Amino acid sequence: MKRYIGNFTKYKFLLSELVKKDIKLKYRRSKLGIVWTLIEPILTTLVLSLVFGILKGKGDAFPVYILTGRLLFSFYSGSTKVAAKSIRSNGGMIRKVYIPKYMYPLASVLSNFVIFMISMIVLVGAMIIFRVVPTAHTILGIIPLGVLFLFSLGTSMILATVEVFFRDLEYLWGVMLTLMMYCSCIFYEPKSLGLHADILKFNPMFSIIYNFRNAVFYHKHLDGFALLYSGMVSLVLLVIGIYVFYKKQDEFILNI
Amino acid sequence: MEHMVENKETQEQEVALRVEQVGMKFNLSKEKVDNLKEYFIKFIKKELTYQEFWALKDVNFEVKKGDRVGIVGLNGAGKSTLLKVIAGVLKPTEGRVVSKGKIVPLLELGAGFDKQYTGAENIYLYGALLGYSKEFIQKKYKQIVEFSELGEFIDVPVKNYSSGMRARLGFSIATVVKPEILILDEVLSVGDARFRKKSEARIQSMFAQGVTVLFVSHSLEQVRRICNKAVMLEHGNVIAMGDVEDVAAVYNTKLAQQKQRRKKKRKQERLELERLAQLAAQGQDTEALLKEEDAKQNALSGQESK
Repeated sequence: MKRYIGNFTKYKFLLSELVKKDIKLKYRRSKLGIVWTLIEPILTTLVLSLVFGILKGKGDAFPVYILTGRLLFSFYSGSTKVAAKSIRSNGGMIRKVYIPKYMYPLASVLSNFVIFMISMIVLVGAMIIFRVVPTAHTILGIIPLGVLFLFSLGTSMILATVEVFFRDLEYLWGVMLTLMMYCSCIFYEPKSLGLHADILKFNPMFSIIYNFRNAVFYHKHLDGFALLYSGMVSLVLLVIGIYVFYKKQDEFILNI
Repeated sequence: MEHMVENKETQEQEVALRVEQVGMKFNLSKEKVDNLKEYFIKFIKKELTYQEFWALKDVNFEVKKGDRVGIVGLNGAGKSTLLKVIAGVLKPTEGRVVSKGKIVPLLELGAGFDKQYTGAENIYLYGALLGYSKEFIQKKYKQIVEFSELGEFIDVPVKNYSSGMRARLGFSIATVVKPEILILDEVLSVGDARFRKKSEARIQSMFAQGVTVLFVSHSLEQVRRICNKAVMLEHGNVIAMGDVEDVAAVYNTKLAQQKQRRKKKRKQERLELERLAQLAAQGQDTEALLKEEDAKQNALSGQESK
């Protein structure tokens, strides 16, 4: 254990360099740069609010409802997609020099998390516009975000490992994500499905978004079951992820 | 008795690197299965067969501090695999490598560069990949830029560099540390003649400071010029080690043997062809003969690989 920590501190600088690189390069090519992080969710939320708002005749703050779901989900899908490919796309380096390999999926999740945090500005803006006034409950929103980070990291470690051996996982995961998106009540409310929210809570992504909405949008206490369940799933995924990654990482080089 | 002698020797000179019982096994499949779809199909058809292949087996040797060891061997002897195991890139299936001090591999310089990053940014990234600290790179940054002679190009994305510029930068970053163990793959031919001289001088100065060197090359000439010791590999086994001249002699005999075998094989092939031509001239069924020929050829090559 001590050896692992020592190794981590030695390569801490590498981790920060990798995160920095991901963020820098993502926006280097576009003229608007980091502003895209803000424009993109605004535009999609606008479209979704128009379509579903007109269809259903929702209340005034519906865009805030959509944003809370959409921002969280796009962090999850973005980070897991990039992390899944991270070992393979950095194969050139892994074949030449020794580096702790978990740095790559970890850096992918971290850099996406930073971008996610920046895009939260949009949510703040929308809350001001639609007069969703923050209360003491709003601060509790940090808890589901922490769970979401662990959930993404756990998923990413598993995906990064499997992707090395099976390249077509990328497409399968894309399909999985779509399914997950429709089961997470991002642009509709649970009751419009005719379903009780309790069933949907078994989808950890829904549980996380649900609790985030409870804190930020409805100004309620967090749902105990949803929090416990999503937390447990995230921890189990993370343990499995770390286990399979360490078990298989010496074979990576033979397959990339 | 033997044991005691060994002890005495190690006392005289510090051991920089010890390779203990190293074996490296690869699973070779006939075709690479790298996606779920094929894996699933082959799994059902029970076509998932692997062939075990030991690239290294029972490799044992010690390198004393300050020794410059050449690793020689014919193609496919396991030289590169051994270097990768020593550099820590590959984890051996068996055995272990114990090393004292920082190992710097000078293999394919600049392979870790990000093409969209500028030279300056890549200095930090590549340095971090090699395990340097931020403070260290900041301190050495000027020296790296100066040595690479890139001047104002340091702020240009690496994708616009020539391969020479890229190698120059890679070399400058990798050699800014004072390594205890240096791994060289073939002789570095970096940049133009002038820069090559400069880089050779830098490596020579490392030699002078008593760095331990591992050097892989096909050219016996280079190995003799640089190294004082040598290890020879054949099919993953060490078949000779010791003084560079002694190993060179073994290498030369092996090379001559292989040449002779090739010559013999070629001669045999020619004779076969001639016979075939004769038979064809006599108006026999050439197709059946060709098949027979193939079978023979296969048997022959099978013998050869043994």
